[in-house]
Amino acid sequence: MTRRLFISYFENEKDILNATNAARENNYKILDVYTPYAVHGMDEAMGLKPSKLPWICLALGLFGAIAKLWYQVWTSATSWPVNVGGKPLSSIPAFVPVTFEVMVLFAGVGTVLTFFIISKLRPGKKPKALYPKVTDNRFALVLVQSDARFDIDEAKKIFSSFNAVEYEEKLEKEEN
Amino acid sequence: MAEHYSILRKPLILGNKSYSDVTHDVCAPFEKKSSTLWWITFFAAVSMLIVGVVATVYQIQTGIGTWGLNNTVGWAFDITNFVFWIGIGHAGTLISAILFLFNQKWRTSVNRSAEAMTIFAVICAGIFPIIHMGRPWLAFWVFPYPNFRGPLWVNFRSPLVWDMFAISTYFIISLVFWYVGLIPDLATIRDRTKSKLKKLLFGFFSLGWNGSNKTWSRYETVYLLLAGLATPLVVSVHTIISWDFATSVIPGWHTTIFPPYFVAGAVFSGFAMVLTLMIIVRKVFHFEEYITTKHIESMCKIIIATGGMVGLAYATEFFIALYSGNPYEKFAFINRALGPYSWAYWIMVFCNIFIPQFFWWKKIRTNVALVFILSIFINIGMWFERFVIITISLTRDFLPASWANYIPTSIEIATLIGSFGLFFTLFLLFARFLPMISIGEIKGVLSYGKNSRGGSK
Repeated sequence: MTRRLFISYFENEKDILNATNAARENNYKILDVYTPYAVHGMDEAMGLKPSKLPWICLALGLFGAIAKLWYQVWTSATSWPVNVGGKPLSSIPAFVPVTFEVMVLFAGVGTVLTFFIISKLRPGKKPKALYPKVTDNRFALVLVQSDARFDIDEAKKIFSSFNAVEYEEKLEKEEN
Repeated sequence: MAEHYSILRKPLILGNKSYSDVTHDVCAPFEKKSSTLWWITFFAAVSMLIVGVVATVYQIQTGIGTWGLNNTVGWAFDITNFVFWIGIGHAGTLISAILFLFNQKWRTSVNRSAEAMTIFAVICAGIFPIIHMGRPWLAFWVFPYPNFRGPLWVNFRSPLVWDMFAISTYFIISLVFWYVGLIPDLATIRDRTKSKLKKLLFGFFSLGWNGSNKTWSRYETVYLLLAGLATPLVVSVHTIISWDFATSVIPGWHTTIFPPYFVAGAVFSGFAMVLTLMIIVRKVFHFEEYITTKHIESMCKIIIATGGMVGLAYATEFFIALYSGNPYEKFAFINRALGPYSWAYWIMVFCNIFIPQFFWWKKIRTNVALVFILSIFINIGMWFERFVIITISLTRDFLPASWANYIPTSIEIATLIGSFGLFFTLFLLFARFLPMISIGEIKGVLSYGKNSRGGSK
């Protein structure tokens, strides 16, 4: 299936924010907004829900900590117990530093890998839907013309009040 | 938004830049041919590196008997260098993570280079304990992997094992943090470079980044999470390093003040190194409008604060040594200040307590050349701090019969020179091939402190 996209370009942060807000208020279907930097307030403007990544981070951190704590107790007290200066074999307080480090390692690296997977970023990938100059100085608002009633002239009228500099229409193959 | 800025907030970036000006300015150093100055410094750095490589090969072939160590002084020059380099790295994480959590916008101009500095400093640091192992080809024994020697596991109660975990985690997390920060900028370079090779390489490493806000939104979450993780991590790393000493029974090492003392010292020395590097970078690559005197002033203020903490720690340590009634502890400290190595102690006091006091004056903080000179003094002072703590404490311990002096050999000095060579070589390569300032983040703070009329377009 193909879908028809309507793209308007803006040249500064305030305009793209206002335009995105206006698009949402006018019930346009916003596919995405492309910006050269993280524009604060854009998530609210687009109506994005907060990411669930913090929960994944917590789960990975807990997993790392528990696994490492178990591993230290197992190696020191069960697998090959070595008496070092008469210290208890399962000396939990002494295991805290390494447990902490491994927790941070799992949480940090795991969260980044999860982010790459859900955002479909991988080495060598050709960027999909790369609009001109969005990695330099332009902001692109991409709407989906969801039905036949999508009135391009009206959309242009709305966005020109936010200093849109260019419009573009594009056919795109829809991924499932 | 932009209209509500307080007049108290001064612009972070000078010169009314547009978004594409920022891209252009930051990319300029690596899109032109290397300057003669770059080649000269690169040549000097590589020469230092070669000296270090030769010394390292020699001492690994011959053994660490090539060092000045003896029965009494088992840790000296190499561990001093190790702690020194790790400390340097901590400022990078402080800038990138802690200042991010505190919403200090000025960090955006310096965080990329400071993070790079962290990574290179940790690489330099890691070399010393590995050489000190004597048989570095067996360095993988520090990892608790299943083996045919029992399986004999590492001793998880040993601070040295904690240290290994702390340093490796710190290195990996710093590298990941730095790389995640680089991705959008790599995409910017991919989209503007004309060179086919660069397009291929930057295209490969930018992971198909297209500026989608859905990705940006998750990206910001990940960045915040990494900052939140790196903050306790950086504190833990130097805490654990201080435990290498504090958990022993050597007078002068066996103190509970070590963790906060070491962390403050690390940040103090790291900021001095950030200043040294940034002042060179802004001059050589013409980043005066991005790394302004305001940035330099802010870093000077952090140096006053952390320098104060370090000074307080020196005083507390001394007071407790005298007040504790422990004759060995008392002797260790009197020996530091008045013994055969007192010159090292007083260099440390002069550089770390006296020198930072100059930064109370705004005139000095805004005089870039003077700040540069003072920052070098602090770098030297912090190297001597580690030398004082590690070596002087060991030379005179409980039994006068076992006292011994320590003098570094030329091999040890060559290794230290080599580590500086490695650090500067890596930093110069970074400056040559990657954006030294975060392009994406700078664009986000362009309008900071500017009213809606004069602001960024």
